[in-house]
Amino acid sequence: MEAIKYVRPNSVDDAVRSLASANEPVRVLAGGTDLLVQLRAGNVRPGLVVDIKGIAELKQIQVTAAGCRIGAAVAGAELSERADVVAQWPGVVEAFQLIGSTQIQGRASLGGNLCNASPAADSVPALIAAGARCTIAGPAGRREAAVEDIVISPGKTSLAQGEFIVDFLLPARPAHSGDAYLRFIPRTEMDIAVVGAGVSLTLDANGRCTAARLALGAVAPRPLLVPAGATALVGTPVDNAALEKLAAAASAACTPIDDKRGTIEFRTRVAGVLARRAAVIALQRAKGN
Amino acid sequence: MSKHHVSATINGEAVEYLCETQQTLLDVLRDELGLTGSKEGCGSGDCGACSVMLNGRLVCSCLVLGVEAAGAEVATIEGVAQGNSLHPLQQQFLEDAALQCGICTPGFIVAAKALLERNSNPTETEIRYWLAGNLCRCTGYDKIIRAVMGAATNMRQEARHG
Amino acid sequence: MGNEKQTFIKNPTFKWVGTRPVRPDGMDKVTGRAAFGADYQLPGMLVGEVVRSPHAHARIKSIDVSAARALAGVHAVVTAEDFPDLPSEIAAGGEAPINFRDVSHNVIARHKALYEGHAVAAVAATTAAIAAHAVALIKVNYEVLPHVIDVREAMRDNAPLLHDDLFTTGIDPQPTTPSNIAGRTQFVLGDIAQGFAEADIIVEREYTTQPVHQGYIEPHACAAAMGADGMATIWTSSQGHFMVREFCAKLLKVEIGQIRVIPAEIGGGFGGKTTVYLEPLAMALARQSGRPVKMVMTRSEVFRASGPTSGTHVWVKLGAKRNGTLTAGEMILKYQAGAYPGSPAMLGGMTGFAPYDLKHAKAVCYDVVSNRPKCAAYRAPGAPMAAFGVESALDEIAQQLGLDPLELRAMNAAKAGTRALYGPKFLEIGYAETLAAAKAHPHYSAPLGPNQGRGIASGFWFNIGGQSSAAVHVNEDGTAEVVTGNPDIGGSRASMAMMAAEVLGIDLAKVKPIIGDTAQIAYSFLTGGSRVTFATGMAVVEAAQDTVRQLRERAAKLWKVEFAEVEWRDGMAYCTRTTEEPRAPLSMAAIAHSCAKTGGPISGTASINASGAGPGFGTHLCDVEVDPETGAVKILRYTAIQDVGRAIHPSYVEGQLQGGAVQGIGWALNEEYIYDQQGRLLNPGFLDYRMPVASDLPMIDTVLVEVPNPGHPFGVRGVGEVPIVPPLAAVANAVSRAIGIRMTDLPLSPPRILATIDRAKRST
Repeated sequence: MEAIKYVRPNSVDDAVRSLASANEPVRVLAGGTDLLVQLRAGNVRPGLVVDIKGIAELKQIQVTAAGCRIGAAVAGAELSERADVVAQWPGVVEAFQLIGSTQIQGRASLGGNLCNASPAADSVPALIAAGARCTIAGPAGRREAAVEDIVISPGKTSLAQGEFIVDFLLPARPAHSGDAYLRFIPRTEMDIAVVGAGVSLTLDANGRCTAARLALGAVAPRPLLVPAGATALVGTPVDNAALEKLAAAASAACTPIDDKRGTIEFRTRVAGVLARRAAVIALQRAKGN
Repeated sequence: MSKHHVSATINGEAVEYLCETQQTLLDVLRDELGLTGSKEGCGSGDCGACSVMLNGRLVCSCLVLGVEAAGAEVATIEGVAQGNSLHPLQQQFLEDAALQCGICTPGFIVAAKALLERNSNPTETEIRYWLAGNLCRCTGYDKIIRAVMGAATNMRQEARHG
Repeated sequence: MGNEKQTFIKNPTFKWVGTRPVRPDGMDKVTGRAAFGADYQLPGMLVGEVVRSPHAHARIKSIDVSAARALAGVHAVVTAEDFPDLPSEIAAGGEAPINFRDVSHNVIARHKALYEGHAVAAVAATTAAIAAHAVALIKVNYEVLPHVIDVREAMRDNAPLLHDDLFTTGIDPQPTTPSNIAGRTQFVLGDIAQGFAEADIIVEREYTTQPVHQGYIEPHACAAAMGADGMATIWTSSQGHFMVREFCAKLLKVEIGQIRVIPAEIGGGFGGKTTVYLEPLAMALARQSGRPVKMVMTRSEVFRASGPTSGTHVWVKLGAKRNGTLTAGEMILKYQAGAYPGSPAMLGGMTGFAPYDLKHAKAVCYDVVSNRPKCAAYRAPGAPMAAFGVESALDEIAQQLGLDPLELRAMNAAKAGTRALYGPKFLEIGYAETLAAAKAHPHYSAPLGPNQGRGIASGFWFNIGGQSSAAVHVNEDGTAEVVTGNPDIGGSRASMAMMAAEVLGIDLAKVKPIIGDTAQIAYSFLTGGSRVTFATGMAVVEAAQDTVRQLRERAAKLWKVEFAEVEWRDGMAYCTRTTEEPRAPLSMAAIAHSCAKTGGPISGTASINASGAGPGFGTHLCDVEVDPETGAVKILRYTAIQDVGRAIHPSYVEGQLQGGAVQGIGWALNEEYIYDQQGRLLNPGFLDYRMPVASDLPMIDTVLVEVPNPGHPFGVRGVGEVPIVPPLAAVANAVSRAIGIRMTDLPLSPPRILATIDRAKRST
């Protein structure tokens, strides 16, 4: 068997070159918390591993007037330590923090969580709810895409050969905005989401919802943006009636499967429950800032 | 040459080793360097028995490639005690009978030490969530959590009087 | 000696027993120095890997190992052909009879693979990568056969048959057509028809539990080396190195004296390491290659090919008078054995009703094979599933009669003189005391909030004695080694040293406990059945008493007085002769120092077959809160109360109660094996097997009730197994009361609870 090659470029261009020039199966390594498990289980056997953690741009966190830019290889523990990000996007940060244990948090990245392309990835519904966009580098240069357009189906992304994610932009939000992410797992930690729900919303001065996004995880072949969720909330004071509509919209959007982690019935039912509960938290947060 | 030549600092000492790409840091520690205090319970980051510090972050060494540790500072269970002088956590684990079989103990001590270094007075809930990635099948966690709380108290008192 | 035993029980002023010293092996375990099964490295060592069946049930038509053998770096390849074809015969085993043919076939499949993960070949190579490559090069030609996973499906007439020579035992006349029902056993006391006729109310239900794995954090691991003289040495983490020696000798047809087994530290066992998986393979590979071979299972292999305990289907019928007096109990227990006969169904039938004084009772137990890994012992094997049924039924009787569940149990509690369904009459037991302690505990009277419920359940386990050896070597300076032959799985070195120090009357720090290998101490049965502190502890006490006798003899020689004129107190010899000049007392060190003059080294030994193990009873209280919108269960508070006889080291006894309770909580809430349509395990890892993590739990409160066991010099009862018996029902009773619906199927996972709540809502 051929040895697996390993490179650690320190610029985006070098990484693109490495990926483009490889004539063997290649894997991008960020935190490695999914890739190493797949390597160990023999599910993947790349000829080349490209470690992107040596690229400074991919490890940066910048908060500007435009919003927050988070490098694709930033680890969960690193983001959690940024009080400014936690204050503005608590839903995104808490979703990222839910990925695995403290030990996993020391490694796992947003880019990896997205590109592993699991329908159950915790950070992805929160990013979609936050309206996050990502920068993608590849042989044809850089391009931008909405996070909800990346995952196509379990294990598959829309990234072209040789492309990888450089960073994420959480666009700045008006005052009175808040977000939240909740997931359901059988234990309190260490499980993959059975259902995940992210909600981001903005209120006007009178407490009426002017914008909202609902995203769900683990209830379809890919993380879902649920436009009907926004419809349920916008124009309302996010009262019980609106929340019930939101819950119904969430359940209606589900096309889940029965698997070792949950049933169709359970996922559909709990998606509504979590959407409502996440919206209540997001509402509180929006009122508080 | 199919092996990587890696230089790293492990428990404060400069170390060099050879490893293949697919060898994890845990494989390197155990098989190449004879540091068998870090244990493999699952190989998938689900049990925490292989916990080490990598550049000041708590990680599972089974989820780090050996080659990724190039130039890094690694701290393992073997470096927690200073010679024969135990760390307060190690001492408290003994006093509180916080281990039965002992296979998970190195991982718990490395992980708990990382917690107390960033939070000298954690609540029981904070300790339980911080250590949720460390599995123990013997103790039901009760005495482990108490030992961490006890060690935290001792370390705070030490810091005040020291 | 018999009288001396009793003096300890009657004299409760101990110097060491009942205290909480630091364990002697603690330093090595908190610093990472302790060597566990996978930590051994020998010069020239090869890596062994196992080829496993991808099919749940398949005939092995041929195995082509030529490509693997030809690969550079491969030094040995073995299949069933390299092992003797043993005849089917039942040998007296430790806790249960053993058929070594089945053990052999489980270690390496012959003719048929009976579960996904079943070993069919093994290789040894210079590196893990080469070994993995060799595994991939081995071509096994399988004929896939229909499989059966579920216990009730396996019992059907047309079910796929695992063994064409398996005829149900225990039925007269024995059937002449083979089936998957390996055996039927029944226990009868009194006349149940009469008992049920006397009942005012009868509760009758079916309960199911899923197979659960012991879940030790250390995967199976061993190393084996063959000397040029044909002597094998095996380093392994097991619950009994004498067991490993015996099993390897049987499976490889060599003399026991040709094998030496050195016990590594063991990273958890809970019964799961009371048999062999890798050791015979490693020995065969070492023999073929002439080099040491190390084998370590991955976690996936542990789940797919070792353990677990049975999944079960238990039917319970209980009758009671209006005042709560139980009149009769009946149980039918169907337990999955896995691929070969030997489930603990019979133990379930023996234990389920044991806490209660039932005049009329009956249990019928079925041992059923199916295409799953052969079950292994797991902490009180068979008892938790039977107790789940009985204790749940009792909870329903309490609810229907409006009785306090503790009162109901107290009213019917077994006590000294009660005859158990399985035969014997109990001597002194402390079940009633645990109920009284539960009633008095503040937990029992604490208020509950909405969506919360409190569950009560009790449990019983026999505990065993058996063969154990101990030696006490007195060193020249008055220190001593205590050598025993039982792996220390949870702190037993501490209790061995404490009991020895207590008898010797010396400082605990002067006693060093050692686990001897098979060549260093006489035979000791394995660490299991909650027997070590009891039986090996008894051997230690007797060896220490033998040592004291020798010390007195030596002092008598030095003083030139009669043996009877030497007393032993607090580690010193005192001369009681008053007719002469008083003689200054002699310390152990002084006597040891001059031992050459008095007859040579001083060493006490004992090899015993301990009887008189005291049964143990426990009662658990559990509070839960159920989220009515998701079905999630939160354990709010948990208290485990147990009659422990006498706690030698109370911290480690508490630890047994806490650990057992939490394993039971995992069993009740989330742990299960999930198979696909092809009979392949879908969750062979900690991620989806879902054992409890630290954040799932509250502190586990414990109450140690001490009703000394008259059969042990210090009153010890086994404590390790009882604590896993009550939790299944304690949790289920709590959940059932919280949601107002009786839950009878485990695990009580959120989808199951939510579906139950929603179904009940729809029907009202």
